Amino acid sequence: MYKHLLATTSLVAMLGASAAYADGHSKPLKIGVLATLEGTYTVLGEDGVRGLRTALKGAGNKAGDRDIELIIQSTDASPDSAVRGARKLVEQDKVDFVIGPLSGSEGIALRDYAKTQPQTTIINGISGAQETTFVDPAPNFFRFNTDGAQWGVGLGQYVFEKKGWKTVATVAEDYSFAYTNFLGFAHGYCKAGGKIVERQWVPLGTKDFGSIIASLPDDVDAIYLGLGGGDAVNFLNQYQQAGGDANLIGGSIMVDGTVLSAKGDAKKALIGTPSSGPQADTWDNPKWQAYVKAYQDAFPPDQRFPSPSLLATGYYNATSAAIQCLNQVKGDLSDGHKAFRGCLSSLELDAPNGKIKLDGNRQAVGSNFVTEVVEKSDGTLANDMVAMVEGVTQTLGDDEAEFRKLGLPSRDIVKCD
Amino acid sequence: MRKFFDRHPFWSVIIFVVVAFFIWMVFAVWPEWLKDLIGRKKVFLNAVFNGITLGGLYFLVASGFTLIFGLMRNVNLAHGSLFLLGGYIGYWITSSTGYWLLAFPVAFIIVGALGVLLQIFVFRRMEGDDLKQTLVTIGISIVMADLMLWGVGGDFYNITPPQWLSGPVETFFVTGVKRSSGELIFMKYPIVRLVMFAAAVAIGVAMWVLLNKTQVGMLIRAGVDDREMLSATGARIQLVFVGVFAFGAGLAGLAGVVGGTFQTIAPGEDIRFLLASLVVVIVGGMGSITGAAIGALIIGLAEQIGSVYFPTYAVVLTFLIMVVVLAFRPQGLMGKTG
Repeated sequence: MYKHLLATTSLVAMLGASAAYADGHSKPLKIGVLATLEGTYTVLGEDGVRGLRTALKGAGNKAGDRDIELIIQSTDASPDSAVRGARKLVEQDKVDFVIGPLSGSEGIALRDYAKTQPQTTIINGISGAQETTFVDPAPNFFRFNTDGAQWGVGLGQYVFEKKGWKTVATVAEDYSFAYTNFLGFAHGYCKAGGKIVERQWVPLGTKDFGSIIASLPDDVDAIYLGLGGGDAVNFLNQYQQAGGDANLIGGSIMVDGTVLSAKGDAKKALIGTPSSGPQADTWDNPKWQAYVKAYQDAFPPDQRFPSPSLLATGYYNATSAAIQCLNQVKGDLSDGHKAFRGCLSSLELDAPNGKIKLDGNRQAVGSNFVTEVVEKSDGTLANDMVAMVEGVTQTLGDDEAEFRKLGLPSRDIVKCD
Repeated sequence: MRKFFDRHPFWSVIIFVVVAFFIWMVFAVWPEWLKDLIGRKKVFLNAVFNGITLGGLYFLVASGFTLIFGLMRNVNLAHGSLFLLGGYIGYWITSSTGYWLLAFPVAFIIVGALGVLLQIFVFRRMEGDDLKQTLVTIGISIVMADLMLWGVGGDFYNITPPQWLSGPVETFFVTGVKRSSGELIFMKYPIVRLVMFAAAVAIGVAMWVLLNKTQVGMLIRAGVDDREMLSATGARIQLVFVGVFAFGAGLAGLAGVVGGTFQTIAPGEDIRFLLASLVVVIVGGMGSITGAAIGALIIGLAEQIGSVYFPTYAVVLTFLIMVVVLAFRPQGLMGKTG
């Protein structure tokens, strides 16, 4: 059929007009943004953009004394839409650098695209496929968020040891991010001694889960759900209608703010569900609290989530890193981004969700949180922190050679049945 | 039936055996070898039930589409948008008044009224010009999708059915025998899906009666066969057009409420359901209500059984069916030639 070409292009109003500088880089900085503003991940993309705007607002829409001009390009979570969007931003709009994308397979596609455009820099939004930085990384692609596998760290041990769930069955979406996120869980869970007896992979965008729910085995301790966005809400809705009452374990985007604030009662099925990811909504760290407040202040309550989702945090961190480095190079990118990239590589970002630094593949090493869904007094749902793991590397603490031996994330990695 | 048997004795026997085997699979307690072959009966039975109920939803969307096409030769590609709009209206009514049942007539009337406007201001001006209509309806669907995104945002809306419809109900289908006590285990099934399916069947039957047993239906059928001749006899064909368009659009709105109740409503669903109804009417035959019912059932079953038994290729299966139908019976299963 045809595709909705919804390209949301917006210009940030240049308030407080600064006096023109005489030197060459007084023109506004053009930042291209890629986010999923259509399709099943629409809400996720919207929150990503909110995170980015929160960071820009904090910096007064300026970096290195230059005003910032945003060009936002919508994608639909498919790799070709991401490449098309990046092409438009880089080759047509001639942006200085790109922040994005949001979804796993998009990230892999943009890593390859980045290699064809050595003059520009891409700072990942929140896409979390492992391969993006782990296999054949691009020198101009930076990722300040931990990947999907890192987001699973700690969850496996927690459900095995603290919850005592010895066997699980899984239902997850059939694409790179879900594989990666699942690998992080399975890596820890299998190591702890758990058994994963059945795995079901469903196409991204599945709406009718009736039959899949029926085929879930009833002799397991818990069910791991690696779904996101509309698929997650649909699953929960139909799961409730079918009278399901098994223990659930959530993948990182299963229990994310985007799902926890969906309209309707379906999400209530998630209360008590353990999960893990790069943030915990109720963390009492002052830096995190300040960030949550900045996010809440930046948007009226009906145009945001009660607290930022991990997608907002990802875009926020990417933008903060870019602004810090632009300040350091005084907004000067005329050396072919050399100083800018040098700064990004060595930056230690004091992010709201813990300290982040990059490894040799320009991949984040950061903290991970194990959480449980709770209902707050105002009726909204949130991720309550139960454990935190610091300094999670892309190899999940394993030796690199040993970790590579596991194989790239796919349906059958890691096996323990 | 008799004639068919006389003409194709071989195929009749095969069809009879397949149907008999299927009925046996649904009602019997499965022996071990069958369990080893294709898994538990509960899974199979659920897939069949889900396929049929999903088919009910597809039928609601596609019947309006096919009705409009059959009478006016008008491929309304904004049909998915009408579905989505109906869903949003349904959510709004249910959450603001608390009466879920009220959502159906309201969505039907509002979306139907929009259909009237579309017919009067858009389609009447380009009657008989297929290409223009197709392009204009694509345009309308894009505009509507963006307006709705602007108005209600990209959130996932899920219409909560009333208490008496939530949760599962025990059916009389046996899924197995308890090993310890020898008691029969009966299948539990979401009651909301059964009710939705019953509603779809009721609407389908009502449409059939309306089309085949009433004077209005006679007018519509005559219009489907030969528009010019009908208008030459003095029938007020424009009025019939408006009525049918309103009814078809209203059905899409109604289906939106159903869709929002057992799935979710969000941007992008419009395209998904437009595509689904296109496939359904291509398989079933353009312009035929019976065809839409058969097509919807086939596509629903294929999707659900596919998603359980070969999940990776479930999406392909739907289109494979479409390809096979187009190759061997291009007018669709129930379509008329020419």
